[in-house]
Amino acid sequence: MDLANTSLRQLASALHERRISSRELTQAYLERIGRLDGQLGAFITVDPDKTLSQADAADARIARGEAGPLTGIPVAHKDIFCTEGWLTTCGSRMLSNFVSPYDAHVIEKFAAAGALILGKTNMDEFAMGSSNETSHFGPVKNPWNLAKVPGGSSGGSAAAVAARLAPAATATDTGGSIRQPAALCGVSGIKPTYGLVSRYGMIAYASSLDQGGVIAPSAEDLGLVLNTMVGFDTRDSTSIERPTEDYTAALGQPLKGLRIGLPREYFSGGVSPDVAQAIDAALEVYDRLGAERVEVSLPHSHLSVPVYYVLAPAEASSNLSRYDGVRYGHRAAQYGDLNDMYERTRAEGFGAEVKRRILTGTYVLSRGYYDAYYLQAQRVRRLIVNDFREAFARCDVIMGPSSPTVAFGFGEKTSDPVQMYLSDIFTISVNLAGLPGLSIPAGFGAAGLPVGLQLIGNYFSEGRLLQAAHGYQQATDWHRQVPDMARA
Amino acid sequence: MALTDTDLRRLARLARLRLEETEISGLREQFAGILGLIDQLQAVDTHGIEPLSHALDLEARLREDVVTEMDQRARFQSVAPQVEEGLYLVPKVIE
Amino acid sequence: MDWEVVIGLETHAQLATHSKIFSGASTAFGAAPNAQASAVDLALPGVLPVLNRAAVDCAIRFGLSTGATVASRSIFARKNYFYPDLPKGYQISQYEIPVVSGGTVTIEVEGQARTIRLTRAHLEEDAGKSLHEDFHGLSGIDLNRAGTPLLEIVSEPDLRSAAEAVAYARALHRLVTWIGICDGNMQEGSFRCDANVSVRPRGQEELGTRCEIKNLNSFRFLEKAIEYEIRRQIELIQAGGAVVQETRLYDPDRDETRSMRSKEDAQDYRYFPDPDLLPLSIEAAWIDRVRAELPELPDAMQQRFTDDFGLSMYDAGVLTASRDMARYFLDLLPCAGNDAKLCANWVSGELAAALHRESLEIQDSRVSPQQLGGLLKRVQDGTISGKMAKELFDVLWREGGEADALIEARGLKQISDVSSLERIVEALMAEHPAQVAEYRAGKEKVFGFFVGRAMKASGGRANPEQLNVVLKQRLKAE
Ligand SMILES: [Mg+2]
Ligand SMILES: [Zn+2]
Repeated sequence: MDLANTSLRQLASALHERRISSRELTQAYLERIGRLDGQLGAFITVDPDKTLSQADAADARIARGEAGPLTGIPVAHKDIFCTEGWLTTCGSRMLSNFVSPYDAHVIEKFAAAGALILGKTNMDEFAMGSSNETSHFGPVKNPWNLAKVPGGSSGGSAAAVAARLAPAATATDTGGSIRQPAALCGVSGIKPTYGLVSRYGMIAYASSLDQGGVIAPSAEDLGLVLNTMVGFDTRDSTSIERPTEDYTAALGQPLKGLRIGLPREYFSGGVSPDVAQAIDAALEVYDRLGAERVEVSLPHSHLSVPVYYVLAPAEASSNLSRYDGVRYGHRAAQYGDLNDMYERTRAEGFGAEVKRRILTGTYVLSRGYYDAYYLQAQRVRRLIVNDFREAFARCDVIMGPSSPTVAFGFGEKTSDPVQMYLSDIFTISVNLAGLPGLSIPAGFGAAGLPVGLQLIGNYFSEGRLLQAAHGYQQATDWHRQVPDMARA
Repeated sequence: MALTDTDLRRLARLARLRLEETEISGLREQFAGILGLIDQLQAVDTHGIEPLSHALDLEARLREDVVTEMDQRARFQSVAPQVEEGLYLVPKVIE
Repeated sequence: MDWEVVIGLETHAQLATHSKIFSGASTAFGAAPNAQASAVDLALPGVLPVLNRAAVDCAIRFGLSTGATVASRSIFARKNYFYPDLPKGYQISQYEIPVVSGGTVTIEVEGQARTIRLTRAHLEEDAGKSLHEDFHGLSGIDLNRAGTPLLEIVSEPDLRSAAEAVAYARALHRLVTWIGICDGNMQEGSFRCDANVSVRPRGQEELGTRCEIKNLNSFRFLEKAIEYEIRRQIELIQAGGAVVQETRLYDPDRDETRSMRSKEDAQDYRYFPDPDLLPLSIEAAWIDRVRAELPELPDAMQQRFTDDFGLSMYDAGVLTASRDMARYFLDLLPCAGNDAKLCANWVSGELAAALHRESLEIQDSRVSPQQLGGLLKRVQDGTISGKMAKELFDVLWREGGEADALIEARGLKQISDVSSLERIVEALMAEHPAQVAEYRAGKEKVFGFFVGRAMKASGGRANPEQLNVVLKQRLKAE
């Protein structure tokens, strides 16, 4: 089976019709990982014995005729999801010895569906980064060009899918961490509406923004995985209870009359020309499919990065206080009194970017600064949300670039945190508003690197977004392009 | 606004992060950039705008008062740095 | 100089829920260390809090019982600080918008009633415990208590003496146990107070610098700690010093407060709304439901006991010291012919003494209201004397049983019928003609001689009042 060119649906039907066993399929992926991941660093943990025993269980289930759409499919999980019995590091030295004693809700859902854990993917430390350079386990390389970053923080998941080391991978998105690496690696990725995917067992970065999602080659694949991943969970107070939805149901419906909102602010500079050109071409495809263009405005969008870099570090500084070396995780080898143990443990356990964000968050919450930074950022957050409300009164989907540039080189932005922060300029406002966002491959820019088209929908419009993405993917074949290394 | 070395040390102390003296000047510089970014918010007129904590305007969902958790001490403490007689050990806590 | 003392109390009442405020772990006291610390209580990576409905119920009940405002929308906030018994590195509490605000508690000191205003009451989670016994110089952390629901009740600085502070704490204790939101067990830490104490020259408007004395878990310690702290502050100022705002601990062994150095470095808790928890919304219907389930409150019942039963405020106070006490009294009343005064005397007298002797709570009394009522009925109708009743009470206490059966079996029935008494008296008079003559000659003291002899002759069973009547009648005759 040509894993570089087989969709999830095709894999599922091959398993279902028993043209291939889950064990064979899994072995094939494990073989690819073994052969290619040395160059990429997309995985932190692979455990073939565990995975294959799950494959055998899936084969038994298929044989009993009890298979669902994902039964027997190996799925890679971002190392931010707690997986019982598996090392769960969140890309950090702090958790480099943490074998989770429990499963995240998402992991339970995949297990119930009969999917297997293919491995745990590399990521920016505690999901803080846009290039996957902050991982304690080393950077992930972009499969299209090993000298380029894969984006972040779900860089491992994006690179693994791009190189077809996994048919699909879970990921999380706090400020663009699914859409930006998906764009930079030329794959599809969706961040659902905040609250659709349970955060229970998904290690927190910024709780009011974090949302789990999927990276896969195509919109159709995303829908299939989302069907398993989305679901109400009583253990997450922010989880939303809604009737079950089939996210693939609207796929294939025509796009005629779809109102595409184009925010003035996304198309007025700040985007590199190669990306702008690819996005224009993508919009022309939509024109041909009968969609209508509507100009909209998101006047506060330029403030989304500063708002994010107040709110996310504030929440993170508190969320990461639990890593104190008392109950699990790293503890400094040498220390004096209790505070010395805390300070050394945390200084050793966290990398530079995580420390920077903890300090930033501590600062904006501290006495005398809270009102000026934290509350003010929450007020501007409301302005940003209001912008989207108004825009969605006039359109069905907002489109624009996922990232202002194609993949950049290692070390290019590490010395200046603000330059790095600005790579999420188009994705962050979606998290601030809690909206669903999706990125799909839309051609290539400079040096043959992929460009991502971002689709933003109104709340709970995942089905509509996937329909719009699928329509485009029926008319184009960018999503079928794979990097040379994946063809090997 | 800019952070002084004293500010940075105070923040590091609050966050229980040991800072090496050699790290401070680099941090001060990076913070100048970060503050430059977030200080943009100061210019925004937000008069009469309510702060927003969650994008979706939802209310707390409550649990029923039922004991659902069983003793899993052995499992949880298998990943602990230092335990004895079921207790997590830390350097002496002084009150 | 004349000093005025200003005290406010912050009281932590552990709420009587089965499970923790944000997790499904048990709150039962006394489990093996960390056996009741769930993934959420341990703050494992990725876990999240979900609020316990019963804890909110308790807060509403308290708010309604103190005439406070129950917020239709309140917010949980994180209080950030590092401590090994605080697994998340923050405590989930309420800060800007608490669930309960305002309200009052009435206290009585030296016969003087005063109304103490409450600032607020908010929900929060308890921390674990650090055990300092020797683990090679280390501390052991037990997180069983972590996440136990607390209601922190904050008073205005309305208290003016240690005695008032204790009266307030007692009134609050009576209330929270009465309405069933707290078991009130102070040894187990279910009810503990922090006292903010300051002094100022009488007449001065601005408040003096205050010190907070933490974790006072008995009324006696509360009183002693405040008294010590008042003395310390006055002496300090009089010696030309100044009070430093700080947190202090009371050491009962040395009867003094001392500074908690570890908490000295400037705290900055960086409160902010907990993004894991959405706003708590309490609809009017919920409040109405709780109101309908609320029992008659102790103050109201105490007043009713004085109005309806003619009891003194003191007696009524004793009978409403706890809800179980009041329940006992109210159960006893109909069994004892509704003689409130008699019942009150027995409950606060014999029964209280017996309970005290064996350190029992009234709900564990060996004599039930029905048993005691049966006994008191026989006192009322003159079947037995008060003295006999006390003896019989001891029998009931020790051996159980029923008053009537005991009276019957032991032949303790009082002789009250006139003809029987007349027979005894006449026989005595025939036996002692000299004494009869003395009495009739005006020597009234001799009356006592006949009472004694008649009692003896009846085996102590003669009804004393009836005997008096008969004796007087017969001795006077002729
Ligand atoms: Mg307090
Ligand atoms: Zn408190």
